[in-house]
Amino acid sequence: MSQVAFSDEIAPKRPGSPILRVEGLVKHFATDRGLLGSDAVVHAVDGVDLEIHPGEVLAIVGESGSGKSTLARCVLRLTDVTAGRVVFDDRDVTGLKGRQLAWFRKQIQPVFQDPFSSIDPRWRIGRSVGESLDAFKTGTKGERHERVIELLDRVGLDPSFARRRPHELSGGQRQRIGIAAALAPEPRLIVADEPVSALDVSVQAQVLNLLAELQRDLGLAILFVAHDLAVVQHISHRTAVMYLGKIVETGPTDRVFRDPRHPYTQALLQAIPHPDPERPIAAAPLTGEIPSPISPPSGCRFRTRCPVAIDRCAVDEPEMTVFGTGHTAACHVARAELERSAN
Amino acid sequence: MSDLLTLAHVDVGFATDDGTVSAVSDVSLTVHEGEIFGLVGESGCGKTTLAMALMGLLPTSATVTGSVRFSDRDLLDLPAEQLRQLRGDRMSMIFQDPMTSLDPTFPIGEQVAETITAHRDVAKHAARERALALLADVGIPEAERRYDDPPHRLSGGMRQRVVIATALANEPSLVLADEPTTALDVTIQSQVLDLLRDLRKRLRTTIVLITHDLGVVAQICDRVGVMYAGQLVEVAPVAEIFRSPRHPYTQALLAALPSGQQAPGSLRVIGGRVPNLTNPPPGCRFSTRCPYVMEECVNVPPLAHETDDHLIACWLSDATKDAGRHDHASAGGAA
Repeated sequence: MSQVAFSDEIAPKRPGSPILRVEGLVKHFATDRGLLGSDAVVHAVDGVDLEIHPGEVLAIVGESGSGKSTLARCVLRLTDVTAGRVVFDDRDVTGLKGRQLAWFRKQIQPVFQDPFSSIDPRWRIGRSVGESLDAFKTGTKGERHERVIELLDRVGLDPSFARRRPHELSGGQRQRIGIAAALAPEPRLIVADEPVSALDVSVQAQVLNLLAELQRDLGLAILFVAHDLAVVQHISHRTAVMYLGKIVETGPTDRVFRDPRHPYTQALLQAIPHPDPERPIAAAPLTGEIPSPISPPSGCRFRTRCPVAIDRCAVDEPEMTVFGTGHTAACHVARAELERSAN
Repeated sequence: MSDLLTLAHVDVGFATDDGTVSAVSDVSLTVHEGEIFGLVGESGCGKTTLAMALMGLLPTSATVTGSVRFSDRDLLDLPAEQLRQLRGDRMSMIFQDPMTSLDPTFPIGEQVAETITAHRDVAKHAARERALALLADVGIPEAERRYDDPPHRLSGGMRQRVVIATALANEPSLVLADEPTTALDVTIQSQVLDLLRDLRKRLRTTIVLITHDLGVVAQICDRVGVMYAGQLVEVAPVAEIFRSPRHPYTQALLAALPSGQQAPGSLRVIGGRVPNLTNPPPGCRFSTRCPYVMEECVNVPPLAHETDDHLIACWLSDATKDAGRHDHASAGGAA
């Protein structure tokens, strides 16, 4: 324990530079609270820092209202940020426009929960998969068709799928098409927002295997946004846990799952219903519900539900403390414990 | 334990333009009094259709045959009016989306009270008192103050608690809960599962829990039935099914669950896809995807007792083979 640093710095650097860096990202939405009410602000994402390295799968987990999907949308530049920066490959992409934004859009591609929310139901599959190739005018028409067939093969579908229409496909096939379309411009980072949560277990397994294979074979980095902790534990190298707009803990996935330090992470892990009836049944770890992001609690945002909160938690916002290589958590109580055990 | 609900040879078909969809095929099963029985399977396996059939809530395009014994009556023979009287009284249902059961414009307390006055001859203030007690019972904080709130003032978890209060209003002996926690966050889900466990313990309510989530099954159910493409393939105590699943589909389903144990990319998958139920394969419907498929699989495997409490419908099982021989013999005898 003695080598553990009491530093507020973010985790020690992994070799090489990150492909994506998010710095102090803030996204607030204005809401209109009715006729006479003043405009309120939803603090969807409130100061998030993170890094993804090439070939790394970083999972963002959290419950509804944690801000994880908004964070993904900010990274994809689908929505403007209120403050902070998104840096891709050492270039600040936060304010990119025009041709530079088009360059960025080739580097980073989304995969959504329902891939067909972004696909024209009347188009044949081949056209949808090759849409970005057509848009970017990559190669000749013949070459683009070749590429579509190659992409279908890459996601485990027969070339005949190019001629089919969306309604003929099962849920798992649809998600494969969504992934093929995302791979078309040869991105270096995939942002996948709940890519398997609409799928049945047996189909989910196929899609998870495919994502793992792509990550390995193509060296893709994946930002994997999910609420299902078993899926996250299976697929990601690192995990960041979000609560009410902030990252409360981040670290190598096996560490976060084996030795969670933030009380929210601990509660989340305790609440998972494990498919193992011999495991003793734990009572619900948390009472109450996530507070409104319109007026988040002062100090630590988790304190209103936290089983170990102390007075200080209402006053000071906890800073990230390093608990091990690449493992950080923002909690006064956990930090005090660490300091005690080190002395 | 005595039997509360007994299904025998239940079939449900839906008439469509493309022919009849065989959504539930020859399902026989018994639910004991006071237990939580899980009905699991993936989308389209017929678990929700089966529950709706028990409740008499299927559209007119559905044809239901077989028998469903519940409190000395056959629900499938009951006139619609009598079935309506049973619903919300002796048996009730909880749906995945609380807003399917709640009226968005009505105060939540009145909705609970109304369920009571619809079935019981009680004074309005007595119904109100009882509704308040129920709301407090399912963990609605400050029930008195919340009584007049419309549903939209409540969070998803709180709404589901109101639905549970409504379902319990007349102390039913049977509650059918269809994915009651699927729309909830995991920390809220654990609260609602606690509540269901607690209610079962205190009120001895029998619960049939329909879910796709094997984790939820492991945490709350006593016994479980596994459905695939309309057929019931295995029934066993929960510990049994996880420790030694016998049906190849149950085995495959459990092996497909992700965890930190397997290397990424190495999850077991089930090849092929669920058959089209307008034209299902003959015999065992899993046969088109089963790694152990044999000649016999073109005949429907009967669900047979492998042990006292472990039933399986698969020709690999000696129990199924014995039951199959018996079936043939009796069919031959009848002819």
